[in-house]
Amino acid sequence: MSNTNEILERLTTESYEYGFVTDIEMDIAPKGLNEEIVRFISHEKNEPDWLLQWRLKGLHHFQKSEMPHWQNFRMPEIDFQSISYYAAPAKKTKLNSLDDVDPELLATFEKLGIPINEQKALTGVAVDVVFDSVSVKTTFREKLQELGIIFCSFSEAVREYPGLVKKYLGSVVPYTDNVFAALNAAVASDGSFAYIPKGVRCPMELSTYFRINAQNTGQFERTLIIADEGSYVSYLEGCTAPMRDENQLHAAVVELIALGNAEIKYSTVQNWYPGDKEGKGGIYNFVTKRGICKGTNSKISWTQVETGSAITWKYPSVILRGDNSTGEFYSVALTKNRQIADTGTKMYHIGRNTRSRIISKGISAGHGSNSYRGLVQVGAGAENARNFTQCDSLLIGDECGAHTFPYIEAKNNSAIVEHEATTSKIGEDQIFYLKQRGIDTEKAVALIVNGYAKEVLNQLPMEFAVEAQKLLAISLEGSVG
Amino acid sequence: MLSIKNLQTSVDDKEILRGLNLEIRAGEVHALMGPNGSGKSTLAAALTGRDNYNVTGGQVIFEGRNLLDLSPENRAREGVFLAFQYPVEIPGVSNINFLRTALNEIRKYRNLSPLESKEFLKLVKEKQKLVEFDVALSNRSLNEGFSGGEKKRNEIFQLAMLEPKLAILDETDSGLDIDALRIVAKGVNKLRTNDNAFIIITHYQRLLEYIVPDFVHVLYNGQIVKSGGKELALELEEKGYDWLKEESKERELV
Repeated sequence: MSNTNEILERLTTESYEYGFVTDIEMDIAPKGLNEEIVRFISHEKNEPDWLLQWRLKGLHHFQKSEMPHWQNFRMPEIDFQSISYYAAPAKKTKLNSLDDVDPELLATFEKLGIPINEQKALTGVAVDVVFDSVSVKTTFREKLQELGIIFCSFSEAVREYPGLVKKYLGSVVPYTDNVFAALNAAVASDGSFAYIPKGVRCPMELSTYFRINAQNTGQFERTLIIADEGSYVSYLEGCTAPMRDENQLHAAVVELIALGNAEIKYSTVQNWYPGDKEGKGGIYNFVTKRGICKGTNSKISWTQVETGSAITWKYPSVILRGDNSTGEFYSVALTKNRQIADTGTKMYHIGRNTRSRIISKGISAGHGSNSYRGLVQVGAGAENARNFTQCDSLLIGDECGAHTFPYIEAKNNSAIVEHEATTSKIGEDQIFYLKQRGIDTEKAVALIVNGYAKEVLNQLPMEFAVEAQKLLAISLEGSVG
Repeated sequence: MLSIKNLQTSVDDKEILRGLNLEIRAGEVHALMGPNGSGKSTLAAALTGRDNYNVTGGQVIFEGRNLLDLSPENRAREGVFLAFQYPVEIPGVSNINFLRTALNEIRKYRNLSPLESKEFLKLVKEKQKLVEFDVALSNRSLNEGFSGGEKKRNEIFQLAMLEPKLAILDETDSGLDIDALRIVAKGVNKLRTNDNAFIIITHYQRLLEYIVPDFVHVLYNGQIVKSGGKELALELEEKGYDWLKEESKERELV
């Protein structure tokens, strides 16, 4: 027993690989949140007036809002006036090619293993790279443009495709949705924008890599993906941040719109700095993600692998408006040390014959706390709605916690809603079995955890499934018994 | 190959093995019998380094090395294999992937390069055939949803794949029907060589009809109280353990 506990202790307190800081000249807005700052951000980005007005509405709504109180953790005090809401690498001129990018930045992404250089890129993956508040580079833009696919930073989209942005921005997550959505509307920094035209199947993975670097700043990106009729796109986001003693806020909003017969697959591998083993520092990852299946036969699928952040608080959801539409949510959330995750999904069945599938796998180690919170709502007109939910928790050690809060509201008698849940512990006997076959504890735990999470990892695009497997193994390094 | 001298082991401060001695040479099969609670499984646990089994005295030399100094995984890599009495299920981890990881970890320890996919699959095929293991089971999750018999047969398949020097079979025959028992025994017999050795822990003489041991030992109260040839198993089957218990009590009194 003592032996296992020691290993557990070690495994659950491992260091963070991406915690370095890039020393680069930055333009940083003064701390504080007020109308002046919102105007400053909008001006910095050369935004049209309608967007500024929308930001200001968001700000005013935020100022009236209160913090939520239903979450299953103690909400930390956040002093919104002590955060700087805009940080960007100092720009000398407009960036035309990679040669214009600060070499420090290039080195940073090289170190992170992000293919910013198209020659070195993974084949079949286009990347938008966001550093603090701005997009640094989007690869393969021209190639995608030949197919009519728009993939660029959100700021560029506002300048170049204002019609599309205006039509869809805030249509799925209005600024009135919740306090962080309001904050995001007010100070939204860069994110990604993608539009897939009618009938086009996007031939490569679109991905965004988010990096927080500057101190005392937050990241508030806005991502908007529109899949027009009959199109398909697979999108992936990854994130890291330096190790710092103070907490940093990440309050993003992602909106997905799938029109008739369109499909969007959205994957997240979230590895923000989780704080140290005593729970000092780390990112507050308070994110609103929602998609709407607007047209018939449309499909939205969320897959998330959440290993980082001090607190992860998000519920990627799907509004199943179109008849025969499908929503999916696959999640692996790992908490160790003092990490907290309160995550899950909401599936709103509105159209007829809508289907949803929820697979949630929580892994808690150390003093980590993991909550699944989900809502399956079947509206009165949602004939033949189907839902299947599976919600599993895996405990490592005896000082962590796992909780589930499933809500079901069915207003139509034809609905079939299934919920299955299990809680298990990595047994000493499982570890010993593997050790007896020559596999050491760390590899044994990695095997067991990856086996447990397999159903979700299988949903990730191939290149990233391998990365995610490694990430799970690394995150647990030194941590299990 | 294996030399156990005066081995003492306790669990939760309760002494289970009280000075056990056993010598095993390459090429030998030793059967270990004895009533419930006599310490048979404790011996298997102590030799493989299971947590909570505290060796409080004695010495175990395996192939010239002090076995008790090694971690459980290194004992396995040195060539000690335990066919578990209750093999565990590990959902989502395929049998094949698990075996490949195990095999390559063992090879790494011995400074060998990992097996190429092709070679590995060839080996799998060969060993599957040798121990008559169902191909479909190889691709399923490790022991998940396997019947009791299938789990035991999987232990023998792993034994065939990993080719240990010393294999300890802990009640591999329990829960097996007669056909499965025969297949398991046949597999073990095929794996016997002049270079490896087996310790077969069993309650029944039946298994020993198929796997004929060179020596039979009776464990009682944490010690080996009687050793003999294969006939001893027959005698035990007939007479039970009571006469041995009496004998050992008398000895203790003396």
